[in-house]
Amino acid sequence: MSYIGSSVKRVEDKRFITGQGRYTDDIVLPQMTYACMVRSPHAHAEIVSVDIAHAEKMDGVVKIFTGKDTDAAGIGGVPCGWQVDFKNGDTMKEPPHPLLVSDKARHVGDAIAMVIADTYAQAKDAAEMVTVEYNVLPAVTNSKVARADGAPQVHADVPNNLAFDWELGNPRAEVDAAIAGAHHVTTLEFINQRVICNAIEPRSAIGHFDTAYDKYTLYTSTQNPHLIRLLLCAFVLGLPEHKVRVVGPDVGGGFGSKIFHYTEEALVVWGSNQIKRPIKWTAERSESFVTDAAGRDHITTAKMAFDKDGNILALSADTLANMGAYLSTFAPAVPTWLHGTLLQGLYTTPLINVSIDAVFTNTTAVDAYRGAGRPEATYLLERLMDTAALEMGRDPAELRLQNFIEPFDGVEEEGYVTQVALQYDSGNYGPVLKRGLEMVGYEQFRADQKAAEGTGKLLGIGFSTYIEACGIAPSAVVGALGARAGLFESAQVQVHPTGKVSVFSGSHSHGQGHETSFAQVVADKMGIPMEDVEIIHGDSDAVAFGMGTYGSRSLAVGGSAIVKSIEKVLEKGAKIAAHLLEASVDDLDYAEGKWTVRGTDKSVGFGDVSLTAYVPHNYPEGLEPGLDFSSFYDPANFTYPFGCHICIVEIDKETGVVKVKRFIAVDDVGNVINPMIVDGQIHGGLAQGIGQAFCEGAVYDESGQLVNGTYMDYVMPRADDLPSFEIDRTVTPCPHNPLGVKGAGEAGTIGSTPAVVNAVMDALKGYGIHDVEMPVTSQKVWNIIHG
Amino acid sequence: MVPSKFAYHKPTTLKEAIDLLSTHGDDSKILSGGHSLVPVLKLRLNDPEHIIDVSGVASMGGIKDNEKSITIGANSTHAEIANNAALKEHAPMIAIAASMIGDIQVRNFGTIGGSIAHADPAADWPAVLLAADANVVISGANGNRTVDIDQFFKGLFMTAVGEEEIITAISIPKSAFNKNSTYVKFAQPASRFALVGCAVAVANADGYVTEARVAFNGVSATPFRDGNVEKSLKGSVLNGDAIATATASVADGVSIMSDHFAAENYRKHMAGVYARKALSALA
Amino acid sequence: MKVPVSITVNGKQYDKMVEPRMLLVYFIREELALTGTHIGCDTSSCGACTVHLDGKALKSCSMLAVQASGKSVTTIEGMASGENLHPLQEGFHMEHGLQCGFCTPGMIMCAADMLKNNPNPTEEEIRHGLEGNFCRCTGYHNIVKSIQYAANKMQESA
Ligand SMILES: Cc1cc2nc3c(=O)[nH]c(=O)nc-3n(C[C@H](O)[C@H](O)[C@H](O)COP(=O)(O)OP(=O)(O)OC[C@H]3O[C@@H](n4cnc5c(N)ncnc54)[C@H](O)[C@@H]3O)c2cc1C
Ligand code: FES
Ligand code: FES
Repeated sequence: MSYIGSSVKRVEDKRFITGQGRYTDDIVLPQMTYACMVRSPHAHAEIVSVDIAHAEKMDGVVKIFTGKDTDAAGIGGVPCGWQVDFKNGDTMKEPPHPLLVSDKARHVGDAIAMVIADTYAQAKDAAEMVTVEYNVLPAVTNSKVARADGAPQVHADVPNNLAFDWELGNPRAEVDAAIAGAHHVTTLEFINQRVICNAIEPRSAIGHFDTAYDKYTLYTSTQNPHLIRLLLCAFVLGLPEHKVRVVGPDVGGGFGSKIFHYTEEALVVWGSNQIKRPIKWTAERSESFVTDAAGRDHITTAKMAFDKDGNILALSADTLANMGAYLSTFAPAVPTWLHGTLLQGLYTTPLINVSIDAVFTNTTAVDAYRGAGRPEATYLLERLMDTAALEMGRDPAELRLQNFIEPFDGVEEEGYVTQVALQYDSGNYGPVLKRGLEMVGYEQFRADQKAAEGTGKLLGIGFSTYIEACGIAPSAVVGALGARAGLFESAQVQVHPTGKVSVFSGSHSHGQGHETSFAQVVADKMGIPMEDVEIIHGDSDAVAFGMGTYGSRSLAVGGSAIVKSIEKVLEKGAKIAAHLLEASVDDLDYAEGKWTVRGTDKSVGFGDVSLTAYVPHNYPEGLEPGLDFSSFYDPANFTYPFGCHICIVEIDKETGVVKVKRFIAVDDVGNVINPMIVDGQIHGGLAQGIGQAFCEGAVYDESGQLVNGTYMDYVMPRADDLPSFEIDRTVTPCPHNPLGVKGAGEAGTIGSTPAVVNAVMDALKGYGIHDVEMPVTSQKVWNIIHG
Repeated sequence: MVPSKFAYHKPTTLKEAIDLLSTHGDDSKILSGGHSLVPVLKLRLNDPEHIIDVSGVASMGGIKDNEKSITIGANSTHAEIANNAALKEHAPMIAIAASMIGDIQVRNFGTIGGSIAHADPAADWPAVLLAADANVVISGANGNRTVDIDQFFKGLFMTAVGEEEIITAISIPKSAFNKNSTYVKFAQPASRFALVGCAVAVANADGYVTEARVAFNGVSATPFRDGNVEKSLKGSVLNGDAIATATASVADGVSIMSDHFAAENYRKHMAGVYARKALSALA
Repeated sequence: MKVPVSITVNGKQYDKMVEPRMLLVYFIREELALTGTHIGCDTSSCGACTVHLDGKALKSCSMLAVQASGKSVTTIEGMASGENLHPLQEGFHMEHGLQCGFCTPGMIMCAADMLKNNPNPTEEEIRHGLEGNFCRCTGYHNIVKSIQYAANKMQESA
């Protein structure tokens, strides 16, 4: 029996297709109240006064809290979970992020009051009647503008809005010298625009203080309940951790935006003790647009130097990273350790230097969004590669093949040590590109492209070969890099007397299908049917600990923790079996759910051993009863999936409309437990990456308003905007985790964006342009063609 | 996403509806399909005290195939219109435009009466109704009046409908030009309303254009017919050259809207392109 | 002031007093505790709230409960008959047409209307038919396949 490697249909589907999924907003508690936030309509404004007198008396209103109340309660705000130091060693600037602001609003959507009422309609009615007097200040939304002298100051004590600066790699002087002396230098200045995560389930949180047990429960749409509990208890509210339960029930997509600890979570928890009733808050989509941490928002200048044969000599990159108004949970790590470290890419570049300025602006916080830093790194490198190929008259595929790092398996051959602080685990990069070329029919395409000349259409092809660092991450390593938490994972494998198995995992599932793929692993490793395995996740009272689901880490780290616990179960099971079989442990083999004395037909099944463990009448001396083990797995290294994405676009010359005609993705995510689920992850990632390239992006006006803060203006990719995807994979197992898996959650997003833009640039190569800003809208393309 | 409070009325006759309107005046709003009004209410962009739901007024529903015209009841949904055989035959652009509005769900419940009363400059109905030479039947305390569509749209979200009046029907003449008509749209990629919508209706005799009607929505704050294009086409043979000549000056002299999806120059250009597409489909 | 409404949902008639301003989606979710119908936006764009009203797909966030009085609503909870899944439910399961599941009920309800009017749609028609429904997880690839699966299955049994 082998479940691993087969496309087992998902066990979690039934509840979702029948309408029985249970998301946070579906939960109703007795006596529950509803909260509506009063939010700043201004990007930057002093709060002169807040008048709640009228609102307080309205129908159904239970309580209204303002910043004065949270200040009086001594609540400091939500913390940042990752510290990055300035180049000169000073600690980053970390101004407080209050739950409710009392002095000044720093972005549109900053919360000023929480109105609580018996029904949501009543809370909404009352919130409308809270009067706030503002002194509106000039606002800044662009990180370049924010760095200029005289720019509006987001925080009084952060000069020039610089949260921190940071650099990595070889000494800058050395890199610059190599660039100065090179045969060819490709320079790009570009914007990797801000995108909004837009999980379709808006964020929601219910705080419940149970006076009978003096215990708090927080139900929240989160990707990592334990982390929220830790931050909530240790940093925000000072609550005893054992008196707080955090549940992440079914969650309707996260993509990063539900990793972070948000002010509303702390508010409903704190408030529920103040009013001794549960409080539910659910974002309306317009609130999500201005309060969910956004992604990307980099302004970059990058240079890549080549010798006369096209070998890469050096790379330098300077990036302004917009942090928004406050530092969100993992924000400082994204442009630095998740971006700067990836600038080796798949190439042998001998000299690399990357420098980052992290900048405060009057915008919603920016943090990890699917891929987090790695899409930005890939965009930087892959736009440079295609541009360089064009400039040097080289074929973009060949230029890549020439510069790829040689294959290494990480076992016989050492892992590859980069110029930017990483050691790749295993890699074989040529085959993904070659397979991609085969699938696309490269020669035929170039012929078609030629044939299209002179018609009303332009065809273009774009490449992107990427690497990512997943399976985050070795705790000691990230600790040294500033993480204020470990990044291990835990798992408990609980065998019941009847031989059925409950697995408690710290990895939360919100679409990734853990309940299926984890069960496949357990069933295979234990030799039992999948039906006998249940995966439990998302409840801090059920699961010992967990660091959550993000960074494509669940299977590589969470799955490995499960394997460790299974090993412990089987080791103890063997002792019991040996006793029952009157044999030595060393003489036993375990296969297909039973222990057999080698060379005989004497065996005992897993069920019998389980029962014996709990009914230990005939039992090994000195062995504890029970069959239940927990493990913590701390990975030895990151994992490094890689791949090749190829996009073909067709541009209508008359209208500038860009159509993604084909998209080919060949990804190597290591071993694959469930191909169907991995393919699904790739598809979804591709849609998001392609979306950033051709339609998504936040637009702010002068005053700091998000111009496209609703679905009537923010362009979400829809079914008829996208083609069916053509995907394939190669398999280069991860050498350092027991499953050999690397992670598949982000690959699609990381690789795809530059492939689309490169394809557009290829199509437009006759028009003498050097870059096109994302999103590549029809208007922009038309301006280029008719400019 | 909760509207402000209001009182709800559901008249079953036109008279009852008009009486309610007279009683409540500008504190009230008519509700038909609700697919423009409910979105407005739930964002609290408007807070009427009385909602008068006319969906139960039977005389405002149905599509009637008369001898010289087709009468579309104001409460007809976009889906009903898109699937109506008489309209498909006598004024195909009407059915085509209906099938391009919103999505399956919106077409099932949004109505033509609600749409033209709302008068969103980016909506799809205005161009086809202008091109069709439609008449709008409006009822009030003093009875019915018929407004020529050319006199109907008065500007951004403004129409000829008085505060205490109700649109009851839209009438489409059975004419040679309507029989030979189509509608094309360049959609705003997020809302999928029209950045440019162009309706064309062309009558020919002996191979020459005897009457051409070319109308746009999305381009300007008020939907309009483009007289220059129409004039240029008249008397010509509708072929590539004639179309190119006629559409070279599309929207000249019109004040054109601009936003981050389509600045003025791009929108004007696209109006020309879409006029060309539409006319070519009839050539 | 509350007013009476009488709405049949999944075959069962409910008589309730509601505020006229209550949206149908809240009536379904809060008055009836049928939480399979979701809310994903506030601009009638995402389709997560799609149900059928008298057999036609409707974004239930775009209609007042009072407007639906006297009518019949089907929600995702009413799609299966007993243990027998609707072909679309089966299709989404077999073709991995869902990940987080949040858009799924709306997708299924929209697709059911689509297939009613076009039992044998092309890929392009399916993609176009989904223009009122957003999914952030699947990239739509497998949603298209799920609907094709259901179309085939319904054709076979027709
Ligand atoms: C997601 C979405 C996408 C859409 N996409 C498009 C699109 O692509 N193109 C497009 O054109 N439209 C689009 N629409 C709008 C849609 O066509 C609406 O249905 C239509 O505009 C309004 O019709 P209704 O019956 O729903 O009107 P209601 O919402 O009921 O009413 C709209 C307005 O008209 C008034 N009114 C209604 N009936 C009458 C009457 N008989 N007499 C006088 N006044 C009346 C009301 O008081 C209100 O002010 C979209 C809507 C949504 C929600
Ligand atoms: S909630 Fe109804 S369309 Fe989004
Ligand atoms: S499955 Fe998550 S939004 Fe579609």
